[in-house]
Amino acid sequence: MNAIELKNVTFTYGKHMPGAVPALDDVSIQVKSGGITGLIGHTGSGKSTLVQMLNGLLKPDSGTVLLDGIDIWAEPKKIREVRFKAGLVMQYPEYQLFAETAAEDIAFGPRNMGLEGEELDRRVREAARFAGLSEEILGKSPFDLSGGQKRRVALAGVIAMSPKILILDEPAAGLDPEGRRDILGGVKRFSRESGTTVLIVSHSMEDMAMYCDDVIVMAHAKILMHRPTAEVFSRAEELAAVGLDVPLITRVAAALRKNGVDIGLDVYTVDYAADKILGML
Amino acid sequence: MNPIIKAENLSFSYPGDEESKPVKALRGVSFEIPEGSFTAILGHNGSGKSTLAKLLCMVNLPDSGRLWVAGREITAPDATERDILEARRDVGMVFQNPDNQIVATIVEEDVAFGCENLGIPPAEIRERVDAALAAVGMSEYARKQTYNLSGGQKQRVAIAGTIAMNRRCVIFDESTAMLDPMGRREVMDIIAKLNREQGVTVLLITHHMNEAAAADRIIVMNQGQIYLDGSPREVFGKPAAMWAAGLDVPQTTELAYKLRQKGLDVPLYLFDAESCAEAVAEAVRRRSGKSAGGGKTGS
Ligand SMILES: Nc1ncnc2c1ncn2[C@@H]1O[C@H](COP(=O)(O)OP(=O)(O)OP(=O)(O)O)[C@@H](O)[C@H]1O
Ligand SMILES: Nc1ncnc2c1ncn2[C@@H]1O[C@H](COP(=O)(O)OP(=O)(O)OP(=O)(O)O)[C@@H](O)[C@H]1O
Ligand SMILES: [Mg+2]
Ligand SMILES: [Mg+2]
Repeated sequence: MNAIELKNVTFTYGKHMPGAVPALDDVSIQVKSGGITGLIGHTGSGKSTLVQMLNGLLKPDSGTVLLDGIDIWAEPKKIREVRFKAGLVMQYPEYQLFAETAAEDIAFGPRNMGLEGEELDRRVREAARFAGLSEEILGKSPFDLSGGQKRRVALAGVIAMSPKILILDEPAAGLDPEGRRDILGGVKRFSRESGTTVLIVSHSMEDMAMYCDDVIVMAHAKILMHRPTAEVFSRAEELAAVGLDVPLITRVAAALRKNGVDIGLDVYTVDYAADKILGML
Repeated sequence: MNPIIKAENLSFSYPGDEESKPVKALRGVSFEIPEGSFTAILGHNGSGKSTLAKLLCMVNLPDSGRLWVAGREITAPDATERDILEARRDVGMVFQNPDNQIVATIVEEDVAFGCENLGIPPAEIRERVDAALAAVGMSEYARKQTYNLSGGQKQRVAIAGTIAMNRRCVIFDESTAMLDPMGRREVMDIIAKLNREQGVTVLLITHHMNEAAAADRIIVMNQGQIYLDGSPREVFGKPAAMWAAGLDVPQTTELAYKLRQKGLDVPLYLFDAESCAEAVAEAVRRRSGKSAGGGKTGS
């Protein structure tokens, strides 16, 4: 069954204003359960709007949003439950932090779900470990943390709710390379072990190539393609036409072919490229 | 050439509160930035990059150490408020989040904002704003609403604001982090042009190794101190040191490193796809030539 399905979803911000254009224009997608799907697209293409549809923060003007086959707006009163089921880490999570300490901030979501005492404590610690937050940082005020540290706190806050679907809007922007590897690698392990469906929005083609099974490409409020990762990054020209790119290593593979060393064009990680090159010797 | 910035043993701590100890964000940082140079600053989260930027823009003053900006010693015991105000005009900053930088609703008003604060006559402001918008390729948008712009366009407007103020040095604190690949390339091109054509000194704080590879020099911060300082070729020539500091190297360098481990002679310092591919192809040909007993060389 599809963990996420959008059927003909259209949405316009301030639709009563003259000249308003849709942020989502007849969008349909299907995301299988248990995998890691990437969502890429130029700025303003509608990615953040789309992910806010998935946990009920925004409501479609028309069309249907289904999670595990269930229309989330079938019973509008139950929309709060959807927020626990589909956990969203927003694009600028630093503005969502407000508690006295980082630990309190992480506890906020699970406490709202009714958790308390030892179980709450355990969830907070586990999520913090997963996001790479030390004991020392947990005791600090979120306002005294560096940009990257704040991002980790926001991520831990959503993970602590153990959502069935984890949605990350630019989770790694502002993280250092090790932090990106920690968090995205951790998300991948977490997804593989728990079967959690993950949707990641990112402008880093390199990160998408490393961690995603398949990739959805958006442009101008519409879906351009939804294919396995290797196939998406072998379509460099189509991506460039909508402001996107392929990983640097993919461009190296294309240039290698021009130089008489053909390792194929579906190359999108350094390890794979190195193996292919060494295999030719 | 005179350094536009000279830092000698700068230290800075954020005060703690009842529960937490003070944080030593910078511990004895020294360097000189020549006027007109392009320096990238790398470092793990919390390594002190933004703290350093705030000292250089005189948002904060160091706890100890000495700092010169555009020839004035800001930390001199007899430095006046006026000295600091004047130095502040020379150094500007562009931040990460495009939405937080824009203050006015119309593009040209936003670009003029900083100049108006400097008390520059309106006719000159007009000229400066037009020139700045042209420099970032946004002339057509002068009368447009700022809220309708894409992230990359907002960053270009923010950069135009610092150009209009005739800043001698601009610090970009992760200014491309929220942009799509094309927007990132556009902004990086504008930053490079600002440096090359207008002689503006650029300090680029980034987590993107490819962007740092475009600089003349890279300073790597680690736990409040300078960890590496050299050309991209020198700094990325030490991949193991970069990985140990929680950082990375461009994918071309990583590929070369992996191939070198298997005895293929590919340099670590080729940062664009074409030159990397040429070197790899050459090395593959040389090696295949040898293993075939010299019988079928490729070139
Ligand atoms: N709260 C809002 N009010 C009005 N318009 C909005 C609002 N949020 C987004 N938009 C507009 O909707 C469109 C889609 O925006 P969205 O934030 O979904 O794009 P995105 O793909 O997430 O972009 P980015 O990569 O910059 O984060 C854009 O034209 C944007 O200007
Ligand atoms: N306003 C503040 N109050 C207290 N401590 C702070 C404050 N701002 C930063 N710090 C601390 O100072 C240290 C350096 O932070 P800084 O923001 O300079 O790091 P950075 O290198 O810019 O990191 P990032 O890559 O995450 O932006 C960190 O340990 C951080 O927690
Ligand atoms: Mg977005
Ligand atoms: Mg910073």
